[in-house]
Amino acid sequence: MLELLQQPWPWYVAGPLIGLTVPALLLVGNKALGISSSLRHVCAACVPAGIPFLTYNWRAEIWNLVFVLGIALGGFIGYRLMGHPDVIGISAATVRDLKAEMHLTDFTGLLPRELFALDNLANWKGWVFLVLGGFLVGFGTRYAGGCTSGHAISGLSNLQWVSLVAVIGFFAGGLLMTWVVYPMMF
Amino acid sequence: MKYFKYLVLGTLFGIILTKSEVISWFRIQEMFRFQSFHMYGVIGSAILVGMISIQLIKRNRLKSIDGEEIKLADKQFNHGIWIGGFIFGLGWALTGACPGPLFAQLGSGIGSAAVLILAALAGTWTYSALREKLPY
Repeated sequence: MLELLQQPWPWYVAGPLIGLTVPALLLVGNKALGISSSLRHVCAACVPAGIPFLTYNWRAEIWNLVFVLGIALGGFIGYRLMGHPDVIGISAATVRDLKAEMHLTDFTGLLPRELFALDNLANWKGWVFLVLGGFLVGFGTRYAGGCTSGHAISGLSNLQWVSLVAVIGFFAGGLLMTWVVYPMMF
Repeated sequence: MKYFKYLVLGTLFGIILTKSEVISWFRIQEMFRFQSFHMYGVIGSAILVGMISIQLIKRNRLKSIDGEEIKLADKQFNHGIWIGGFIFGLGWALTGACPGPLFAQLGSGIGSAAVLILAALAGTWTYSALREKLPY
């Protein structure tokens, strides 16, 4: 059992558990699963600057910030305490492509150090991957009214066609970046 | 104390995201390159289980533990849905993380997650400031 918890979990264990978070939040507090809203609440709490979209009673949404704090705690427990493999077991084809196309050599950890190490902020790579990437996530999710949790999981679970449009947008952006922009960058 | 249940659920959610490796940039690249079923299996089965659960809640008119009627608002369409979705998608492929995984990465002790979250906050703030001027 212990060994089972330490190993990476297969999709058919993790996926259904993620899905159960939707009814769990509804049943314990009538809350809809959605994570990107937490970014808005932090902005509203810290730097509202008189912006109408950031002027609302964010205290009514503290549950969302507590949920996100829990996610960070879960990241610590799941990664540091429960253990993790040195190298994520991605497919051989992906390793081959990332080596050939993006010149990556270090496949240890959750993300490639060659792109995400903080000293990269001294060159264009760090600014594109860390700063621009994060900015687009924060800007785009709020513009679209949700992210993978709010639209893909919560929204599609509730048969919202609007969420399907959003998810198609997510994939269109991701595919364009992966297949068109990356080859131009490297 | 009334928030404790959300801390518990968030922690479980974070553990699941971490153990299934969906917080890894490598997994997201594998997904966008269609080289593994893993991410599609995780997201697809999560939606399926969520869908069945919501149907059960609706059909049985289940109430929350506080006795409230469970209501799910319909999402309204505007052009921001696909424009914003597309912009997020670009960022998703760059960072290899959506907002949930960013917080799990932070907890796992990756320094870059702190920068990514600050940048995401700057993005949300900028959107908020420009909101009236953006197409909808």
